[in-house]
Amino acid sequence: MEDEALGKPPQARSAKIQVSHLDFYYGSVQALYNVSLAVPQNQITALIGPSGCGKSTFLRTLNRMSETVRHTSVEGEILLDGENIFSVDLVALRRRVGMVFQRPNPFPKTVFDNVAYGLRVNGGTRGAALADAVEASLRRAALWDEIKDKLHKSAYALSGGQQQRLCIARALAVNPEVLLLDEPCSALDPISTAKIEELMFTLQENCTLVIVTHSMQQAARVSSHTGFFLLGRLLEFNETNILFKRPGRKETEDYITGRFG
Amino acid sequence: MGASAETLTGKPAPGGKGQVRTFFRRLRNGDEIAHIFTLVFALTILLLACLLVYELYAHSAVSRHKFGWSFLLSRSWDPVLERFGALPFIYGTIVTSVIALLIAVPLGVGGAIFLAEFAPTKMSDGLTFIVELLAAVPSVIFGLLGIFIIIPIMRESVDPFLQSHFGWLPLFQGPVYGVGFLTAGVVLSIMIVPFILSISREVLLAVPAEQREAALALGATRWESTWQAVVPYARVGILGSIFLALARALGETMAVTMVIGGTPSISSSLFAPGYSIASVIADQFTEATGQAYLQSLIELGLALFVLTIILNGLARLLILATTKRGTAH
Ligand SMILES: Nc1ncnc2c1ncn2[C@@H]1O[C@H](COP(=O)(O)OP(=O)(O)OP(=O)(O)O)[C@@H](O)[C@H]1O
Ligand SMILES: [Mg+2]
Repeated sequence: MEDEALGKPPQARSAKIQVSHLDFYYGSVQALYNVSLAVPQNQITALIGPSGCGKSTFLRTLNRMSETVRHTSVEGEILLDGENIFSVDLVALRRRVGMVFQRPNPFPKTVFDNVAYGLRVNGGTRGAALADAVEASLRRAALWDEIKDKLHKSAYALSGGQQQRLCIARALAVNPEVLLLDEPCSALDPISTAKIEELMFTLQENCTLVIVTHSMQQAARVSSHTGFFLLGRLLEFNETNILFKRPGRKETEDYITGRFG
Repeated sequence: MGASAETLTGKPAPGGKGQVRTFFRRLRNGDEIAHIFTLVFALTILLLACLLVYELYAHSAVSRHKFGWSFLLSRSWDPVLERFGALPFIYGTIVTSVIALLIAVPLGVGGAIFLAEFAPTKMSDGLTFIVELLAAVPSVIFGLLGIFIIIPIMRESVDPFLQSHFGWLPLFQGPVYGVGFLTAGVVLSIMIVPFILSISREVLLAVPAEQREAALALGATRWESTWQAVVPYARVGILGSIFLALARALGETMAVTMVIGGTPSISSSLFAPGYSIASVIADQFTEATGQAYLQSLIELGLALFVLTIILNGLARLLILATTKRGTAH
C-alpha cells in the first residue's frame, strides 16, 4: 500500500494529528477510503480536490463534527497528540479543535456575546477577565480596530468579511490547539481573503491549522503541506511547493493545472 | 405604477394615449395583470376589515351613547334593568387566554424542541402529523371533551389538589364547580398547543445546521447548543407561533362557552365560573331583546376586536424589543 509513504511527509515536524486508515460512511455510502495523513504541528495544512471528493467530510471527522449527521459511521484511528480522539471526551476535544465554517455563521447576538460564547459555555470567565479575553481574541483575528465601537451591536451588522473574522475570533477565544477551516474565504472578496490569509500566518505560531480550499493559489500561498483528495481517497500528500511543482501523480497534475474535468 | 415608471424613464409619452398604450402592452406581459390582481386582493382584505369595524361601530351606537366609556369598566350585566358592562367578559377572556398560554407555551415549545432536535426523524414526523390533526378538530368537539373528560378531572382531582397545596393563594380558594376559568383555560390550552408545536417545530428545523455546529465546535453540549444557539435563532418564529395561538384563544367561542360556566362575574378564584366576550355574544345574541341589550353585545364584539389588536400590537413591540440587539431577522 502506498499510504505508508503518505502517512509521513518528508521532514515533518512532530505530527499534531495522525490519521490512519480512516474510512467514513454516510449510511451505507462510503465517502472516505483508507485516508492516512499526519498534520504537522504549528503549520498550515491545505486540503484540495474537486467538489464532492470528501474534503469537508474528512475535516469534520477531525473534531468529530461529522457525528452530528445521523447514520454515519467511521473506522480507523485519529490521534491528537498521540491520544485517540474517539476515546476522549467530546466536549473537551472540540474545545481543543476549533472550527470555522464555509459561510460566516455568527450567532444572532452582539459581537461581544459571540466572542464570549465559548468562554461562557466552558464556564469560569466573567466580568473584566471576560472582556479582556474577548478583546484579545478580536485582536488576534485582526478585527479589534475595525469594530471596537460596535461590540454591543448585532453581529449581523458587520460585513461578510468581518463576520468571518468574527467567527475566527470566536473560535480563537477558547484557545484551540487546532483550527479547522472549511473554505473560509469562499464567500469573501479578495481584500477580506487577503486579511484572513494574513491572519492564518500569524495564527500558526501557537496553533495548528487545517484548511480546505478550492483555490489552488490560496493553498500555494498559505500552506506548508497540501493534500489532494479525489473520490474519497487522499491521492497525494506532500510539502506544498513539491506538490505544486512536481506532483507525484497524473491526477494531481491534471487538477492543479486545471485540466481536470 | 409600472406603466408610469416606463414613461418616466423611457421616451416621454405624448400624453395620456401613449400611457394607455404602454399600459396595454405591459398588460400582455402579465406583469401588470399580476400587479392588479394582487392589489385588488390586498384592497379587498383591507376593505373587509374596515367594513367589519364600521359595522360593529355603527351598530353599537345606542350602547355607546348610553354607557360611554364606563361600558368598559362596569361590572354589571343586567338585561332586566338594561345596565350593561363589559368588564367581566374582558376579564374572563384575558384570564382564560393567559391560563391557556401558561400551559400551552411550555408544552408546545418544549415538545417542538424535542421533536425537532432529539426525536428520531420518523417518530418526529409521525407525532407531528397526529398533533396537526388535533388542530383540525372542530372546537365543539373540544367542548364535548371538556364537558365529559376535563370537567370531571378538574372537579375531582386537579382543583382539590391545587386547593390543598396552593390554597394560600387567592387564585385557588373558594368552592369548586368544575366549570370555570381554570377549566376553560385548560381546554383552550389543548386547542392551541398544536399551533405552537407544529409551527415552532418547523421554525426550529429551518435553523441552519451551522448555527448548532458553531456552538458544538466551541465545546457546547448537545443541550447547550440547542438552548443557546438553535432556540434563540428561531426565537422570532416561536414567538410568532405563540401570538397566533393567543389570537386563537382570545376568539375561541364554542369550546369556552361549553365549559366556562356562563356567569358574568369577576372572581379572584380560578375555580369560579365566568364568561368570555366571544362566548357571551354567541350565547345571548339570539335572545337579546331591546336595542341596548343587542347593541351592547355588538359593542362587546368591538371590544374583542380592539383587545386583539392591542395584544397583537404589544406582541409586535415585544418582538421588536427582544430582537433589536443581535438577531438574524
Ligand atoms: N450529510 C450527508 N449525507 C450523505 N452524504 C453526504 C453528506 N455530506 C456529504 N455527503 C457525500 O459525501 C461525499 C463527500 O462530500 P463532502 O462534502 O465531504 O465533499 P467536499 O470535498 O467537501 O465537496 P465541496 O468541495 O463541494 O465542499 C459527497 O459525495 C457527498 O455527496
Ligand atoms: Mg466541502
